[in-house]
Amino acid sequence: MLDTPPRLDRLPNTPGVGYKPQHFNDLMADPGSVEWIEVHAENYMGDGGRPLAQLAALSERFAISVHGVGLSIGGETPLDLDHLARLKRLCDWIKPASFSEHLAWSTHGAEFMNDLLPLPYTEATLDRVCDHINQVQDVLGRQMILENPSSYLVFAESTLSETDFLDEVTHRTNCGLLLDVNNVFVSSTNLSVSPQTYLDSYPMHRVGEFHVGGHDEDTDDHGAPLLIDSHAAPVTDPVWTLLDMALAKTGPMPVLVEWDTDVPDWSVLKAEAAHAALALTK
Amino acid sequence: MTDQASFRQGLLDPAQPAPENLLDGAAAPAGKRYDVYRNNVTHSLIEAMKAAFPLIHKLIGAQNFSTVATEYVRTHPPRSPVMMFYGTEFPGFLPNFPPLAHIGYLADAARLDLALRQSYHAADTAAFDPAPLQTLSPDALMDARVSLAPATRLIASNWPLYDIWAFNNLTNAQKPQSLAQDVMITRPGFDPAPHALPPGAFQWLTALADGSSFGQAHDFALNKNPNFDLAVGLSLALSTHAFAKIDHKELK
Repeated sequence: MLDTPPRLDRLPNTPGVGYKPQHFNDLMADPGSVEWIEVHAENYMGDGGRPLAQLAALSERFAISVHGVGLSIGGETPLDLDHLARLKRLCDWIKPASFSEHLAWSTHGAEFMNDLLPLPYTEATLDRVCDHINQVQDVLGRQMILENPSSYLVFAESTLSETDFLDEVTHRTNCGLLLDVNNVFVSSTNLSVSPQTYLDSYPMHRVGEFHVGGHDEDTDDHGAPLLIDSHAAPVTDPVWTLLDMALAKTGPMPVLVEWDTDVPDWSVLKAEAAHAALALTK
Repeated sequence: MTDQASFRQGLLDPAQPAPENLLDGAAAPAGKRYDVYRNNVTHSLIEAMKAAFPLIHKLIGAQNFSTVATEYVRTHPPRSPVMMFYGTEFPGFLPNFPPLAHIGYLADAARLDLALRQSYHAADTAAFDPAPLQTLSPDALMDARVSLAPATRLIASNWPLYDIWAFNNLTNAQKPQSLAQDVMITRPGFDPAPHALPPGAFQWLTALADGSSFGQAHDFALNKNPNFDLAVGLSLALSTHAFAKIDHKELK
């Protein structure tokens, strides 16, 4: 392990970007409006080499958000304790300003599906998710923030709305929330509900970070729009508008631009971050 | 009720119907909406395989790779969220995949891809200090032991494995000849590099890695391959940063 970098307590209320190794030199030389970066925890669970060295160098300069994509907080099977230990090792070392994970499941038994899979919003799911969040917060010794999913379908057995579900989770676990505005737009379009209604019923006072990102467009069996949360394109105008509406409710917040597939040159991502910076000055 | 076991069943099996009780926003059956998850899971795993096995991808081409990777991810889903080490069973899978089983060297090529990735993520180590090799008497040197750097990997092969890698990665590399070539991967900085091993060097390095002294490893290597040349092996190991540390009681 490398030497411990200095600790940064909180993500600044400025734009951040999802970090991609191919941007390392450009980001260090010319970060533009970017003051913090988000890394996927699972990419920094090796024993050494370039990934950890880059992260150590980045943490000297930027606040770090560690974003888990593999904990399977909504899983029916118990949390993977080895994985939780790896997360703790990473967080103890890099001392991120924020740790976040998803309202989703990805592991069943010993198998990891490498995707964020959906949950029915029921009392049973609520109990399980809260138990797992409490366990994560106990092991990491810190508050985590929980991200809303992109939805393509709903479960017949659901009895709670997503926003009521999230609100209850925050009450029971004292976790914070990560509001992915693109996910709100994708889910609302896919389930034919209004994104404004979602924002109006969402517990904004628990938000610690916003995400924006790009999506792809498809259609379902009936020709209805089906948006796919691909992170492979620029943020669309309706999503920027939703971000404005959300920021109007919360005031300035850390805003992350995500671009994970077909990653463009740094100049393109930097321009997206500048767009987020503009939204933060409104 | 849709439990996660039944939701998981169809994700990697296109013959399975979508689980029941999944709906769209108008409470109609979800239909192809479930396929979004099937596609995400399968596509993301195939992409992970593509990133993990670049030499195999080059050797068999995009279409064959997609076919074999699809079959692999469906039968060998990840068993850890740490995707950087996904695919450890791929070398053993390839000889049993009939359409590609006739290409004998693929399994070793997959071992090379895997070893390069493991080396990339291995622990860092301080540069090896060769000074004790000069200060120790010849007898003491034969008693000394070395540890290999955490990023060093050894692969035995009955195929021209280094030449196959070089031909697909280096400009002006010669076409692979029919010979057996063991390979060592070392990582002096952050970039792992393969090296062809001279005769007996694989056995010599394996013995050193297992804790044999220089003397024992030398005997073992000569026994296995009378053409083993200690000077050649040592010079390669030193110039490629294969070692981490030398240990002998006179050095304490």
